[in-house]
Amino acid sequence: MTATSPTPSTVTSLTVRSGRTIELLLLVLAVGIVALAYVAVNLTVVGELPTHVWWHVAVFAALAGGLHLVLRLRARYADPLLLPLATLLNGLGLVMIHRIDLVPGQLGTSGVASRQLIWTGLAMAMAAVVLVLLRDHRVLRRYTYIAMALGFVLLLLPMLPVIGETVNGSRLWIRIGPFSFQPGELAKIAVAVFFAGYLVSTRDALSLVGRRVLGLQFPRARDLGPILVAWSLSVLILVLQRDLGSSLLFFGLFVAMLYVATERTSWIVIGLTLFASGAVLAWRLFSHVQSRVTLWLDPFAPDQSDQVAKGLMGLAHGGIFGAGLGNGYPYITYYANSDYIVASFGEELGMVGLFALLMLYALLVERGLRTAIGSRDGFGKLLAVGLSFTVALQVFVIVGGITRVIPLTGLTTPFLSAGGSSLLANWIIVALLLRISDAARRPISERRQDPSIDAAERAEALR
Amino acid sequence: MGELTLNLLRLGVVVLLWAFVVAVVGALRGDLYGTRVLTRNAGPTRKPESRSDRKQRRNTPTHLVVTEGRLRGTSVPLHDAGVLVGRNPECSLVLTDDYASGRHLRIYPGADAWYADDLGSTNGTEVNGQRIATGARLDPGAQIRIGQTVLELRR
Repeated sequence: MTATSPTPSTVTSLTVRSGRTIELLLLVLAVGIVALAYVAVNLTVVGELPTHVWWHVAVFAALAGGLHLVLRLRARYADPLLLPLATLLNGLGLVMIHRIDLVPGQLGTSGVASRQLIWTGLAMAMAAVVLVLLRDHRVLRRYTYIAMALGFVLLLLPMLPVIGETVNGSRLWIRIGPFSFQPGELAKIAVAVFFAGYLVSTRDALSLVGRRVLGLQFPRARDLGPILVAWSLSVLILVLQRDLGSSLLFFGLFVAMLYVATERTSWIVIGLTLFASGAVLAWRLFSHVQSRVTLWLDPFAPDQSDQVAKGLMGLAHGGIFGAGLGNGYPYITYYANSDYIVASFGEELGMVGLFALLMLYALLVERGLRTAIGSRDGFGKLLAVGLSFTVALQVFVIVGGITRVIPLTGLTTPFLSAGGSSLLANWIIVALLLRISDAARRPISERRQDPSIDAAERAEALR
Repeated sequence: MGELTLNLLRLGVVVLLWAFVVAVVGALRGDLYGTRVLTRNAGPTRKPESRSDRKQRRNTPTHLVVTEGRLRGTSVPLHDAGVLVGRNPECSLVLTDDYASGRHLRIYPGADAWYADDLGSTNGTEVNGQRIATGARLDPGAQIRIGQTVLELRR
């Protein structure tokens, strides 16, 4: 509405761009970066370019392209930046895992990169399935309490006697034959769905009813129940499964969603107080928590794990510009391709590269939160916030652990770490965010009409 | 494979990573900087002023200032549409002067200067001591007397 329109009018029609072209261009750039990184790694470590490298790149490009096609057909107005961001992160993870594979001798691993590529295919296929089957994210709200039950079952599965498995003192895995899986990763999605569905219907009671003490709104005891349940559940995980990271993740997720749902700062205060007291209690009671704290405060002390120290040495070796892909010694650290992959990137790409990676995560989370802002229904808003917050918190916990901001806890780095369950869960999260953003960005004229859901929404609005 | 090529490759990965970040930020800059709000009825844009226009503009007065009377110190910007002076509340400059009429004086731009029309007031208007009728030219610094009030055009 500038000089070009001779008669200025107050009503203008806005053409919504689907953004699929931008998405395709960014996807090409992302795959190009991954290909270049593959080339750099192989030329440095092996000195030549084996053909299977091109197979890796080609399969990866085909997978990303396939998901792009699914979006064109089934979610035309989905956010154009989520897919390229997730693809680039996943591809860089593949490169680094491949790089650790290539290390000659005992320190190297074999076939992890190929397995990760298969998992990438499975995870992207699962994301496509979610996008095709789930035409409207509001359907999930019908399964609020089923999601809760599912989440609890998934969390407690590793405790079962036969299939449960203890790895490095943590009981997080299930193993059926040669196939092992970490169900807690999927549980966080189910729990996010439950929290979103539960809070959408109870947030008024939580935010309005209660006593005001010292400027903080305290809820009634009966409204306080669920948060206490969530807290005790996270402590239960902490005690029974010896997993600090997951317990922090679940509790943080619940507090963040409560805060977003009610806009009451008191929840953050209550949550932090509860968590602090729980953490202090755990530190007093459990030796493995104590050793983590000692490792955090003094990583170079003798007679303890030198993982943190080695990670720090790796980061220091990388410096600002990094040793160059394939030129560092990231494999000296244990779990260089899973828990400590961020340290590996820090060593080989340097601070400059590591900050680029963190920017990618920040942008991914920003898109998720932007989706929540744009979403018109409360359930979609809360779900988008919860899902993006899990990614953000997970990155904070693992990167904070490696860089000694907080005690190190075993969490996977989303999209980067070797490990199928984490990859699967994170691609499902991206698929759900894409679905919600499609609903948020779709123009009214092209919106799908679902009578049953719309009636439920209206009933909710009238209540 | 030369060391230079390898270094260029490694550098290329990091540079492209940041290029990707910048590309993404470029695509979402609407989110970062907020939506640009267009005012309703944003009229036709003005042509940029030429140098001679601006020079002339600098010499023409932009304000009507009350130099004597009860409203002394008041100033009203001069609009291209003209300024109405009088006791009626719809006037641009509302005088509280018993000798002024409801619609007393109109000041409007001409081709080269500002002009004043006396709108048939009871007690009349004097410019530099001369009683005026319509179409009186106002040079910069001219004293316009309405009853006990004196107005002046200023830059």
